[in-house]
Amino acid sequence: MSKDVSINVHHLTRVEGHGNIVLDVEKGEIQKIQWQVPEAPRFFEAMLRGRHYDELRAITSRICGICSIGHSLASLKATEDALDVKISEQSDMLRHLAINAENMQSHILHVGYLVAPDLFGVGSVFPLAGSNHHEELLKIVKLHRISNYMSDLICGRTTHPIRLVVGGFSMVPKEKELLKLKEELTGIIEPTKEIAEVILSVADKLPNFTRETEYIGLKSDKEYALYDGDIASTDTGVFKDSHNYKEIMQEFVVPQSTAKYAKHNRESYMAGALARFNLNSDQLHPLAKEVANMFKLKAVCYNPFMNNISQVVEFVHNIEDSIMWIDKLVENGIKDEKPVSVKLKEGRGVGVVEVPRGILLHDYTIDEKGNCVKANCIIPTNQNHANIQLDMEKFVPEILDKSEKEIELNLEMLVRAYDPCISCSTHYLDVKFV
Amino acid sequence: MKPRVAFFDFASCEGCQLQIANLEEEVLDLISIVDLVSFREVMKEHSDEYDIAIIEGSIMRPIDEERLRKIRSRAKILVALGACACIGGVNKIRNQWTPDNVKKEVYKDADIDDNDYFDVFETKAVNEVVPVDAYIHGCPIDRDEFKKVVTAVAMGKKPDIPTYPVCVECKKNENECLFEQGKFCIGPITRAGCGAICPTNGSPCEGCRGILKKPQVECVMDILKRYDLTYDEMKRRCTMYNYNEEEGC
Repeated sequence: MSKDVSINVHHLTRVEGHGNIVLDVEKGEIQKIQWQVPEAPRFFEAMLRGRHYDELRAITSRICGICSIGHSLASLKATEDALDVKISEQSDMLRHLAINAENMQSHILHVGYLVAPDLFGVGSVFPLAGSNHHEELLKIVKLHRISNYMSDLICGRTTHPIRLVVGGFSMVPKEKELLKLKEELTGIIEPTKEIAEVILSVADKLPNFTRETEYIGLKSDKEYALYDGDIASTDTGVFKDSHNYKEIMQEFVVPQSTAKYAKHNRESYMAGALARFNLNSDQLHPLAKEVANMFKLKAVCYNPFMNNISQVVEFVHNIEDSIMWIDKLVENGIKDEKPVSVKLKEGRGVGVVEVPRGILLHDYTIDEKGNCVKANCIIPTNQNHANIQLDMEKFVPEILDKSEKEIELNLEMLVRAYDPCISCSTHYLDVKFV
Repeated sequence: MKPRVAFFDFASCEGCQLQIANLEEEVLDLISIVDLVSFREVMKEHSDEYDIAIIEGSIMRPIDEERLRKIRSRAKILVALGACACIGGVNKIRNQWTPDNVKKEVYKDADIDDNDYFDVFETKAVNEVVPVDAYIHGCPIDRDEFKKVVTAVAMGKKPDIPTYPVCVECKKNENECLFEQGKFCIGPITRAGCGAICPTNGSPCEGCRGILKKPQVECVMDILKRYDLTYDEMKRRCTMYNYNEEEGC
């Protein structure tokens, strides 16, 4: 083969944040493949210096509009760990609902609005309005609306939650609100299955590409880990000591990116829905397992494009899981609890949660006056950049016989499959160039 | 002819653009009154011919400033979307240090001197670089206000933005004042329009819609005195969204 290919996707579309794809092939020889992240750095960890512990959640929520609930929860867990605050059982259950709600709204946004246009051969969801896919579009919008309604109800607002505070909740939902939510969630099970069928009918558009890699996420004996668990790897198993997370999440900087890269046991690893599925698929709820079977998705799956399908599976799991937590909350009786009060002390705390795009960690050191003196945040998308780059390097030679336009689309679809959240990933601290 | 609308994002969390998707079914109404010609977060198509440019995010670097000036020169109307664009928002917290200080804190000794991506100046709001015709405040923006402002702008009208404090909306919601609960709220000096969403959910206002140009200074001093709170503490709380905003606090 002796063809020339020159692709320069400057600011990839239908992803959160700014990323570029550069591919240069001369006479069949690959000269350059690069995944670039030119997003403006925002210096969040520097900004947290000197801020009072009760402001850290509100500030770090603003790292990311899509996973603001996840950032809030990681922040609260880190703050509460540093200050030795134990939240109530009710708050713990409500936080499980919060994380399910965010996972749902983010996954349906990604699969329904950002990925589906590739599968239907259009540039965005807008042309689907009024087309022969109009009904499906309305169903997707409905699933998105109910997910946001759930976030609003539990957190006070879906983007930049209000009710999530140190020690618990500033306000809790009423029993009748939770029962109404259960009714709505039960009502979207059927439409979700129908959307899964539609995606299955076009799933052959997802490239059949595999590259063996390491998957990192949370793992718990109790449940399919999202709100709580230990850091775990498909290569090296469970790591109990989250305070020493730097042994697992080793970040480094490359000049083509204002976001950090990460590695652990190999040159790169992947975080996100596929990583969680690969680590914990046995713990999915029954209907979610059924949907995974429908797509023939089995752990360990090494096709990054199947991250899209893992998100569909998790969406179903989140509905089932939420109904379970609502039942428990109602059975226990909702109490109008105030947040647990805080006694100031010096300390360091680490909070880890799973957010839609993967494992997220906040690490704070707080002084005796309650002010933050040092902060570090490890963002899911950063953990995926190196894996994206290595996927591209293996993928391109496999698709070089396609037209330039098809190669470009395939590479865009690859990056999009990771559901990158680039604003998130350029928050920065403590880094070195390689 | 429908006005052509383009969205652009700079340093931000992109949560305000997300509120457009969160209009849910009403997005379809929106695209019936305007032509969306560029919206990178959700569409592949892009055009450089637009009437209304909607800008999210703060301006951090010379390369961003250049891009923004280009957008301004092409747009008839420029709208700032959300706190980062309108007032700088949380991105301005870092302005209490020099760009060199935060770079050093963050990048340590990495060799980034000749790299445009890393070349940052102090955070600027959009109107510190180019003229802005309309503002949609908040962190995140309020979806109803977005609809109102876009409809007004598309019809060539000046949008009506509240000039009274959050307290007005908070009272209307019949909330118990958060100062009574021992919380420190900056609603008395913050521009309304959010429906007092934070106090209504039990959390103090943090000032994301900006400090009022003419706050009721006597009332504010009265509150501070009644609850034995200091002006310095109020000033400190303003710095989350309104660093360097001398007016008001």
